[in-house]
Amino acid sequence: MPRGSAMGMTITEKILAAHAGLGRVSPGDIIEVTVDRALANDITAPLAIETFREIGAVEVFDKEKIILVADHFVPNKDIASAEQVKKMRGFARLQGIRHYYESGDAGIEHVILPERGLVGPGQVVVGADSHTCTYGALGAFSSGVGSTDLGAVLATGFIWLKVPPTIRVEYTGRLQPFVGGKDLILFTIGMIGVEGALYSALEFGGSAVRGMAMHHRFTIANMAVEAGAKNGIFEPDDITKTYVKETSGPEAGYFTSDADAVYSRVIAIPLDGLEPQVAFPHSPANVRPVSKVGTVPVDQVFIGSCTNGWYEDLREAASVLKGKKAAKGIRLIVIPGSPAIYLRALREGIIETFIDAGAVIGPPCCGPCLGGHLGILASGERAVSTTNRNFIGRMGHPESEVYLSNPAVAAASAVLGRIGDPRELKD
Amino acid sequence: MTGDKPGKIWKFGDDVDTDLIIPARYLNVSDGKELAAHCFADVRPEFSREATVGDILVAGKNFGCGSSREHAPLALKASGIKVIIAESFARIFYRNSFNIGFPLLESSEAARALTAADRVTVDIATGEIKRESDGAVFSTHPIPAFMRELVDAGGLVPYLRKKRGGT
Ligand code: SF4
Repeated sequence: MPRGSAMGMTITEKILAAHAGLGRVSPGDIIEVTVDRALANDITAPLAIETFREIGAVEVFDKEKIILVADHFVPNKDIASAEQVKKMRGFARLQGIRHYYESGDAGIEHVILPERGLVGPGQVVVGADSHTCTYGALGAFSSGVGSTDLGAVLATGFIWLKVPPTIRVEYTGRLQPFVGGKDLILFTIGMIGVEGALYSALEFGGSAVRGMAMHHRFTIANMAVEAGAKNGIFEPDDITKTYVKETSGPEAGYFTSDADAVYSRVIAIPLDGLEPQVAFPHSPANVRPVSKVGTVPVDQVFIGSCTNGWYEDLREAASVLKGKKAAKGIRLIVIPGSPAIYLRALREGIIETFIDAGAVIGPPCCGPCLGGHLGILASGERAVSTTNRNFIGRMGHPESEVYLSNPAVAAASAVLGRIGDPRELKD
Repeated sequence: MTGDKPGKIWKFGDDVDTDLIIPARYLNVSDGKELAAHCFADVRPEFSREATVGDILVAGKNFGCGSSREHAPLALKASGIKVIIAESFARIFYRNSFNIGFPLLESSEAARALTAADRVTVDIATGEIKRESDGAVFSTHPIPAFMRELVDAGGLVPYLRKKRGGT
């Protein structure tokens, strides 16, 4: 393959090249890269551990670089789940893995890893969880893989990858009140479709994301996989640097894309006038602006998950709920993404606002997001959820429905008893 | 290896996600056989009873999208499915399948033309699909060399074991 011309590289290509020990890489190259962080959870770790053993490995490649989090079916919902966590815990002890988190020490993996400074810019992070793409918000190459892949990484510290072509999304304009990262990414997925970025890197940039707070970036990168992307990524800037300093995160390198980098597609998205977005069942691409939703009564509202379980998300939802009550018959469930977020929300009266509004507060974990436990839907029921997927049966019965929104819309919907706009609520 | 006996087809549409293949509530186990018992539980309850060894799954675009759960290809493989033919596959599902030695073929033409009433033979090595009723032949994108190696080895585990000089 001819190459070596002076063409620039994207941030994704630069990080991959650096980790493959190569001067440059091009889309389509199959390369082997070193892994800086390897992540698994209570669902995926047991399979990965089996793979690790089957390969014949005895010791993990680096016990400081492996992170195991029990967050999906915790506190253990049944005997089988308890056995899964037991297997993961036993492995962590045996191997001396320091970054093993469960119970009050845990929280949602994609929230606690950035929050505790365990991942950082310029790193290659692979996780046996599809939303591992979240850390692209920090300027890392970060991608979800399966358990077998992860088991092999645990043993070798390497992974084979095909260098993805990059699609660049340019956001411009100014955000309306109650519009945030969730609306940008839902709108984008609605535009390009659930396979619009299949096998590609999705690079988010433009004047509107320069200066955008980290929690919005995490939400956007988190849902890159919902467009089929291999990774979602932001070029790090001063906001990233401040976040990394505050969390004492690793700084593997602040890469940016060259001005003459090659993109497979550039998508311009002006944000002026963009309303909050709602994804209708059963696809994250089935998106409408909130003013076009019509009358959709709901039974349950869930605020949380790795998409919108951040402190700022809870604060936004609480600002809508302050002094109001969830409509009679609406089950409002709020789950902070981590114990630190829970504590901060508690100290600042945010939790009180939720409880006054009639909410149930769950322990930091995935909760109803994947229909595991803590808020399963019955047949014919509808939920508004700040999560990332609304597939058939995702939160319970196959005949239930999930509508995805940002935290402010979810909070307003709890008060209205139907999907609604926070601007409809009078003080 | 050739599909000597024509396989029965299970036909699906676009965007079949891993929650449909194996709903999350069954993810508290990781044994293929147990997972297979709940494969497509919500949308095709008959699948787990009627799928037999050598059957073929044909689907539209973006098959296997959503969660990275390897339980999905595991459940399908343990159900006896020999190969999946689709217009396209979601990325993680694609990796996961080859990593467990479960082959996938991409062909828009075959994915659109084949129906549940058809019987086909599939040659994984050449990617050739042959319909029994009229002898129609569909060609597919060849499986990349590295992935062929994985399938031939039986998956990433035996592949790595071989590379490490084990058995
Ligand atoms: S919160 Fe939901 S999407 Fe995020 S890791 Fe947990 S189950 Fe997956």
